Amino acid sequence: MSIVSRGFRGRRREGGDLPPGQYLVEDFPVLSAGPTPRVPLDRWEFAIDTEAEQTHRWSWEEFMALPMQTPTVDIHCVTKWSKLGTTWEGVSLDVFFEDVETAAEYALVYSYGGYTTNLPLEDLLDGKAWIVHSFDGEELAPQHGGPARLIVPHLYFWKSAKWVRGIRLLNEDWPGFWETAGYHNYGDPWREQRYEGD
Amino acid sequence: MRRRLAWQAARLHEIRAETATARTLVLDVPGWPGHLAGQHVDVRLTADDGYTAQRSYSLAAPADGDRIEVTVETVPDGEVSPYLTEVIEPGDQVEIRGPVGGWFVWRPESKAPVLLVGGGSGIVPLMAMIRVRRQADSRVPFRLLYSLRDEDHRYYAAELRRPEPGLDITYLYSRTSPPGSARPAGRLTVADLAEGGWPADFAPDCYVCGPTGFVEAAADLLLTLGHAPERIRTERFGPTGD
Repeated sequence: MSIVSRGFRGRRREGGDLPPGQYLVEDFPVLSAGPTPRVPLDRWEFAIDTEAEQTHRWSWEEFMALPMQTPTVDIHCVTKWSKLGTTWEGVSLDVFFEDVETAAEYALVYSYGGYTTNLPLEDLLDGKAWIVHSFDGEELAPQHGGPARLIVPHLYFWKSAKWVRGIRLLNEDWPGFWETAGYHNYGDPWREQRYEGD
Repeated sequence: MRRRLAWQAARLHEIRAETATARTLVLDVPGWPGHLAGQHVDVRLTADDGYTAQRSYSLAAPADGDRIEVTVETVPDGEVSPYLTEVIEPGDQVEIRGPVGGWFVWRPESKAPVLLVGGGSGIVPLMAMIRVRRQADSRVPFRLLYSLRDEDHRYYAAELRRPEPGLDITYLYSRTSPPGSARPAGRLTVADLAEGGWPADFAPDCYVCGPTGFVEAAADLLLTLGHAPERIRTERFGPTGD
């Protein structure tokens, strides 16, 4: 039983679809560890590097020519805010992985600006993740990870790397930026896996 | 082994007004493990029917044994901050979890010059760095650029008024400058950073904290002045406004 804080009433929200410890926002907070990278589209690329050191690359034009989806998903930030029913436009990771041969179990996602985050490869596949270029029908703003970011809505939002540049496939898990700075290695919001050891 | 961050009972020892809307809470947390300047804690409140809400707050000072400080600004229409600034009284209990965050931190063994750029309540983790520097007798030169609406919104006013060797402070008023100010009220500019900060070739560690728009602008201006992106650490709060 938690300790009761005398005189705290709180504000009950309707709807039970928030993971534990989260609160609802209508705006769109921004979190990042450093300055916002600006990536010109003619120099943008997205790559998948396999454990056998084969690299699959897509230019911006090649990315935009892939079949698009418009997933509407809930997102949950480890800093406690959740935003429900966000709509993105982009390409399922399943499409990128169609011709990728791999037996790797882990993925390390890396970004323009040097950010990294890790997750099991299976968390990127089977319709669970996208590389997106639009939010709410508009081009993704640089602060929110534009020109393109990863979206993995079933994990805390730090796994949805902004300014995504590529995915390195690995036989062994390799913790990323926040994962080596005290945050949980997996980050399931429904199990409240915020910090190391949760 | 990795230590699980457990919720710990914390008792309010003392409360200090910083401004009309911000309070510093001094809390006793038995068994507090210590923390780095720039880290934060999660605070959890529980109502008597079991409803809970939690938020993160920056630690404002180095730990004094089991005693920690956070400074909380009331968010209009907020759920947790109005309780912490208006309702809670000494002796009342909350739960605390932390310390959290290993990136936006300053360690006193660091030798690089430091530039602190704070907007509004973004001063809080920067103040923890200033206080740790003082406590450690560090001679690392610090410069603080503190952007605030007007004098009434100044946190830690008395403490920052006392001269401190190696700490230079520039106040940048965004709404109303005090009488006699040379700088007209306005947003942070490249000239402010050029005058009140460090030249990029001094390779200072830059810590920028404040509302999203402020941090975005300040970090971009630092890049314009030639500071290396990897030396610019940011902590943002609030929405983009777009």
